[in-house]
Amino acid sequence: MDPLQEVLRQVTGYIYPNEVELHWGLLVVVYPYLTGLVAGAFILASLVRIFDVKEVQPTYRLALLTALAYLIVAPLALLAHLGHPLRSFEIFLTPNFHSAMAMFGFVYAWYLMVVLLLEIWLDYRKDMVLWAQKETGLRRWVHRLLTLGANDISPNALRFDRRASRFITLIGIPSAFLLHGYVGFIFGSVKANPWWSSVLIPVVFLFSAIVSGIALMLLIYFLSTLLRAKPVDMPCMDKLASFLFYALVVDFSLEMLDFIHRLYEAEESIHILSQLVFSRLFLSLIILQAFLGTVVPLVLLGSVSPALRRKGILALPEELRRLLYAGAAILIQIGIFSTRWNVVIGGQLFSKSLRGLTVYKMQLMGLEGLFTSAFLLLLPILLLLLLIYILPPWPESEQHVEAPAGD
Amino acid sequence: MDDSKHISPPADQPASESRREFLHTFSLAAPLLLLGLRISAIEALAAEPDAAYNAREHYYGMGIDVSKCIGCGRCADACKNENDVPREPYYFRTWVERYVIGADGETDVDSPNGGIGGFASKIPEKEILRTFFVPKLCNQCTDPPCVQVCPVGATFATEDGVVLVDNDYCIGCRYCIQACPYGARFLDPRTHTANKCTFCYHRVVKGLLPACVEVCPTGARVFGDLRQHNSPLARFTRFNKIMTLKPHLNTKPKVFYAQLDEEVR
Amino acid sequence: MTQQSSRLLLVAVTLVVGLVTARHFLVPKTFGQRGHYRAAAVDAIEKLPIRYAGREACAMCHAEIVATHSKARHQSVACEVCHGPAAAHTESPGEIKPPAPRTRGYCPLCHGYDPTRPTGFPQIDPVSHNPVKACISCHNPHAPEPPHVPEECGACHGQIARSKAVSRHAQLACVQCHITPEKHKVTPRLVHPEKPRTREFCGTCHAQDARSSTEILRIDMQSHNSRYLCWQCHYPHQPEGD
Repeated sequence: MDPLQEVLRQVTGYIYPNEVELHWGLLVVVYPYLTGLVAGAFILASLVRIFDVKEVQPTYRLALLTALAYLIVAPLALLAHLGHPLRSFEIFLTPNFHSAMAMFGFVYAWYLMVVLLLEIWLDYRKDMVLWAQKETGLRRWVHRLLTLGANDISPNALRFDRRASRFITLIGIPSAFLLHGYVGFIFGSVKANPWWSSVLIPVVFLFSAIVSGIALMLLIYFLSTLLRAKPVDMPCMDKLASFLFYALVVDFSLEMLDFIHRLYEAEESIHILSQLVFSRLFLSLIILQAFLGTVVPLVLLGSVSPALRRKGILALPEELRRLLYAGAAILIQIGIFSTRWNVVIGGQLFSKSLRGLTVYKMQLMGLEGLFTSAFLLLLPILLLLLLIYILPPWPESEQHVEAPAGD
Repeated sequence: MDDSKHISPPADQPASESRREFLHTFSLAAPLLLLGLRISAIEALAAEPDAAYNAREHYYGMGIDVSKCIGCGRCADACKNENDVPREPYYFRTWVERYVIGADGETDVDSPNGGIGGFASKIPEKEILRTFFVPKLCNQCTDPPCVQVCPVGATFATEDGVVLVDNDYCIGCRYCIQACPYGARFLDPRTHTANKCTFCYHRVVKGLLPACVEVCPTGARVFGDLRQHNSPLARFTRFNKIMTLKPHLNTKPKVFYAQLDEEVR
Repeated sequence: MTQQSSRLLLVAVTLVVGLVTARHFLVPKTFGQRGHYRAAAVDAIEKLPIRYAGREACAMCHAEIVATHSKARHQSVACEVCHGPAAAHTESPGEIKPPAPRTRGYCPLCHGYDPTRPTGFPQIDPVSHNPVKACISCHNPHAPEPPHVPEECGACHGQIARSKAVSRHAQLACVQCHITPEKHKVTPRLVHPEKPRTREFCGTCHAQDARSSTEILRIDMQSHNSRYLCWQCHYPHQPEGD
């Protein structure tokens, strides 16, 4: 059975004949989700560096490595979705400067090379030099190679590292904003699509990125301490939860602003869009994104974390509080993934004739299928484990440079 | 309309026009001259050398008179024949829509297989206020959003104003398909590259009409050169009130509709 | 310069040189000649094969048919509408023969009744119109003429006929309101029927003092919107009521 024939049967109203095939599938949902995590994790890390938030110091290196792991995987989702992945290099050869998407090469390269790799390199260089001195075998060579031969650890050189790293973070914050704001712009600038076309989309993308990144770091930090059987740094968790709450408030306000603005302007697309929201997107938008992914975590974090009152509105024991934070963070991940889904898939479920709705038939197998996307969501975690192995982010590895590397 | 469209015609008449005139006289004299003579028409076409074609002397557009369209779907069929468009009902470079606006204000639109097999005549269940067919195709916008978004320069507007796709360069990202407000693009399932109406560029440069215009039995489609002062298209744009599709998006289409209804999107 | 910055600079220079070199070798030769695209792509598209030869090509050999066809009602219908793409036939006329639709299935694509078709366009109901008989047994497709002058206006004005048939005006003949010259049946686009030009025309049935059946709706011709002709507000083919 031809899957498109099946789609054609489930169309309601009229769609242009070329709209039967939905062009941006699950992989394009995964892509902004991943880059959002990158931007969010980096912005959390820069809180330590620039705003000197001491409490979240334990997450600093972990956040940098997480950002790197997700940043490496993110373009794979795009690559897998291309009709001709082998031609993707053309984007560097002959970029069309009028195209938002062509800027991808530059934004990505800038962020990877100039921001993330550089900051990690500067931050780890001293440790890598010292590790390489103590280690043997492959690890020694890897660490040696990674220093690029810059093995000067005199106080002067270390001072340069610190200052340069601070400078890079300073550039990094606008760059992280650029990275995800730009992903939002890819959608927000499509004037043909009333669901996407909005100046608020890049901003909404940015704040949802911060939300998802902080929630991810909270989860990863929590899990890593559990797995390493270390005590959880509760002030750090509380601080993360508070920041998560603030970011969520801003994100929710922006999305409501967007919603109310559309409703109030009531342009010609309003009828088909309201049909879309209350039929095709009811589960993913109303239930998952708005209720479970936003309202429930807001209530949880608002009442339990020290965001609104120093002891929390509900004073709960630490163990329970941790679990609630982790629960809220998981709900937020589901919510943000739904947000990406609702933007990418939702924007293609209605016809540009504004006269009908279509459906998205997800494939299981194949490059565009569910399994590829699941793999791409898992891959950054594996990559993160590898990065942690090569560049241990734990305080003890940093402090005891004389001790054998690793744990 | 854009000023560039009112540039006075080139001093010497384009080769295509003189050729058509020649053919016209020729066809009148044909009964006497040609009986029994089997000259290949393609040879005659090839007589016009490609090198003589100068894209800068032309700027193409199309006119569509909605009130003349009978919904036979021959244009959509011919387009698929001429341009090797996949036959499945999800890939169209041109298609015909049927609008039925009831007295209750409800509008029904359909386009079964792009209109290629005709429209099943249904006995309307309600009183019809007005009803009509609308042929659709790439609007060959003066400011095409698809060209704007293509990351690599694989879709572009030629000097004579036709938006084309470079099959060997397209990376298949489908951003252009998302950016087209008219649903005029699709991804060719065989090449995995974007595909769209070319105004039958391979015909037009040889002085032939686009296939859809060639076969339109009622003359609802008019093709021509916007730089030319004397042409069916010039007459079309002079004597009709012209509308374009989705003008608020400022894409400045070069497909001009006469008698277009506001319900058409 | 610190050791770090010199090493980083080295990496950066390597990358930039690499990219510039790669660009030199990988950017297609004709890219950018006429704009931000491969000029060679345009040439490739220009060379695509032609399938529809165009009616001028047909005229070169089929002069006789063209002579008839160019004066007939189907003059605007190109040869390849019915005979299909024929460029291959022009290349090897002997081997490749274009098909000709001879069954009843094809003509209704244009002439089957559909209320959406423009009024005046000749349409028939394929089910009831001389069932089984092939269209070309009565109509010459190159110069179609109705075998006889249409008996009913509905042959071309199907939607109006169908609306009227279920309306209160069902019993009125078209010619009661439209004075129709005989020539309209032969050259419909050149000679048009007339429409009633006075209010009194409708008044012959609908005025207060009209000598018509008492069931017919009456109106005060003096007070009722005297600046308009009746049909400027009331659609006479389906007048309101019921």
